Amino acid sequence: MPYKILNKIKLNSLMWKLGLEAPLVARAAKPGQFIILRIDEKGERIPLTINDLDLKKGVITVIFQEAGATTKRLGCLKEGDFVEDVLGPLGRPTSFGKVGRVILVAGGVGIAEILPIARYTKSLGNFVLTIIGSRTKEILILEEELKRCSDRLVVTTDDGSYGIKGLVLDPLRDVLAKEKFDLCYCVGPDIMMKAVSQVTQTCGVKTLVSLDANMVDATGMCATCRVTVGGKTQFVCVDGPEFDGHLVDWDGFMKRQKRFVEEEKRALGSFQSPHKNCMYR
Amino acid sequence: MVKVGLGFEMKTQDPEDRINNFNEVALGLTEKEAVDEARKCLNCKKAACVDGCPVEIDIPAFVQYVANGEFEKALYKIREKNFLPAICGRVCPQEDQCEKMCILAKKGKAVSIGNLERFVADWEIANNRKPRVERPASRGMKVAVAGSGPAGLTCAGELAKMGYDVTIFESLHKAGGVLTYGIPEFRLPKKIVGLDLEYLKGFGVKIEGNFLTGKTKTLDELKTEGFKAFFLGIGAGLPYFLGVEGENLNGIYSANEFLTRTNLMKSYLFPEYDTPIKVGNTVGVIGAGNVAMDSARCALRLGAKEVYIIYRRTEREMPARIDEINRAKEEGVRFELLTHPTKFSGDENGWVKEANLLRNKLGEPDSSSRRRPVPIPGSEFRMKLDTVVCAIGQGPNPLLPRTLPGLKLNDDGNIIVGKDHMTSIEGVFAGGDIVTGAATVISAMGAGKKAARAIDNYLKAKPASAS
Repeated sequence: MPYKILNKIKLNSLMWKLGLEAPLVARAAKPGQFIILRIDEKGERIPLTINDLDLKKGVITVIFQEAGATTKRLGCLKEGDFVEDVLGPLGRPTSFGKVGRVILVAGGVGIAEILPIARYTKSLGNFVLTIIGSRTKEILILEEELKRCSDRLVVTTDDGSYGIKGLVLDPLRDVLAKEKFDLCYCVGPDIMMKAVSQVTQTCGVKTLVSLDANMVDATGMCATCRVTVGGKTQFVCVDGPEFDGHLVDWDGFMKRQKRFVEEEKRALGSFQSPHKNCMYR
Repeated sequence: MVKVGLGFEMKTQDPEDRINNFNEVALGLTEKEAVDEARKCLNCKKAACVDGCPVEIDIPAFVQYVANGEFEKALYKIREKNFLPAICGRVCPQEDQCEKMCILAKKGKAVSIGNLERFVADWEIANNRKPRVERPASRGMKVAVAGSGPAGLTCAGELAKMGYDVTIFESLHKAGGVLTYGIPEFRLPKKIVGLDLEYLKGFGVKIEGNFLTGKTKTLDELKTEGFKAFFLGIGAGLPYFLGVEGENLNGIYSANEFLTRTNLMKSYLFPEYDTPIKVGNTVGVIGAGNVAMDSARCALRLGAKEVYIIYRRTEREMPARIDEINRAKEEGVRFELLTHPTKFSGDENGWVKEANLLRNKLGEPDSSSRRRPVPIPGSEFRMKLDTVVCAIGQGPNPLLPRTLPGLKLNDDGNIIVGKDHMTSIEGVFAGGDIVTGAATVISAMGAGKKAARAIDNYLKAKPASAS
């Protein structure tokens, strides 16, 4: 049975927010979990983090950035359209509980994924410092929402168009030099999560990262999402998506993330917008 | 284990052609061939073939109908016991079951029962006959089945036939389990799977896809919705790896991944279909079961130039069906026997390039009663490979068991059941690969069938008011 797109909001030149009618997923979803979405019969199965939900309406929200052919195709769907498949909620939910002072770090579209974590962290009575980074101001998302569930919010942009100029690493180092934190939670581009994990490791702050890997079934069957953590092979879909950032074999993981780059380019090359100039946008 | 050869050679697509397409390899019997083959049957009074059938098909009866040209009657004789004849006719290891027990097998001329089963199922399709289904009176009692593979489908079908209101919950977007994601189109066309499923649905079985039991809803939640009993037919979904260095390199797939991309996601039609697959020139498939043969033959069709089956024992011990081994050979798959990998190494971008391998000799028989492979010291050699498919078996997927704290598992993680197929949780039954470890389609179907009877007995014995 297909799943209706109840609302679709353009967040900026790259990102969309979709409200999907998926009452069973909404009922069961917990912070940190994700769905598998497949647009239609010919579509691939892609994992998307559940960003928000409306239990009464049975709606889950996902935020995605147009990158490959599938996300571009998703970007061309309209309110009232359907996607063929939504499976979830998947992955282990976030469960670190009340630990004291927590620093949240997110970058790019990963900011969408930190929002449910921030709400969870705050609701348990933790102190929450959130650092979010974006390439430029135009594609920065959810600042207001995150302010509401953070004791402090720091914003960086690579080009200095908003907040502190530079990467999230600079304010992170500053804060960690002055204050004590019990936990860091990071989600964003792999290279950022790796760098953040390195910084927190030198300061001895336990760090959870939420990995976003290529998946097929996402139920532990295909193992395409495998990653070495602390010398052991783990599956992001069922053992994760959260792992100890200090134990992840980042170089191995990042190489695995590139295995379909050529095919993705090919798919993008043959991608054609269903609407001329994609009028909807 | 001595393999009985086929009593009959079915026409196949020419190997040189078929490695360029995913169309079915075995072309089926003509009416005349089927009738002639059926006439070989001696119609034994004590039919040993039936003892060899896990779902107890009345084989002599259906074969006699074929011999008389009464194909529809033959089909419904099979359907009394088996919902999935078009599937079983293709993928059952008949040479180890019914055909092995056939009295004519001693002369190497067993009646080709599997081919006849396939023939009558295909006859219905070819003649555009709509299957007839008599829906029984409803008993107004709900049973939930987790997993839509052979075990779950059979259990659901049997229960529906008894009048239960059955819903199958399937996590993938398509039903069929291994029949859909695993076994390739050229061995089991998906249209055939679809038609057998339609027949099953005719009995009122509901199939809910995109539903991961335990995650989308827990068993307790389903209980509050009125489900009175459960059958877990969730299969052996967890891929095993060798545990050697370099196994997470790019280009190394589990057979599950390789086959799921190919069959379920149709990546052989990329980029028309969105899911990619990458196959290099030289492919090594580790293992020699049916899954390994399927992977090797898919690799050829996906454009590989050389494909090797790398197996630690000899051809004699290979678990694959003899048909599948022969067809792989015809297609040009090469066999590196008495060999096992010890390490994979890759290039600077993390792509596998080479395997280190050791030669074995056969030692004493092990717990599987097959002779154990013993590495020969100093026999190490290397092989250039740019794709590796690990097809050394699958274990139980722990996802659903993790959500059921009271569920007893064995050391391998398989669900423990009693003679009645009930697990350690009352009202929760299990069968198929999740109980036995990876086995065959038909043994899972046999388990599904027995569990259905047990569920029926359980529900009948229960006072109607009890939850």
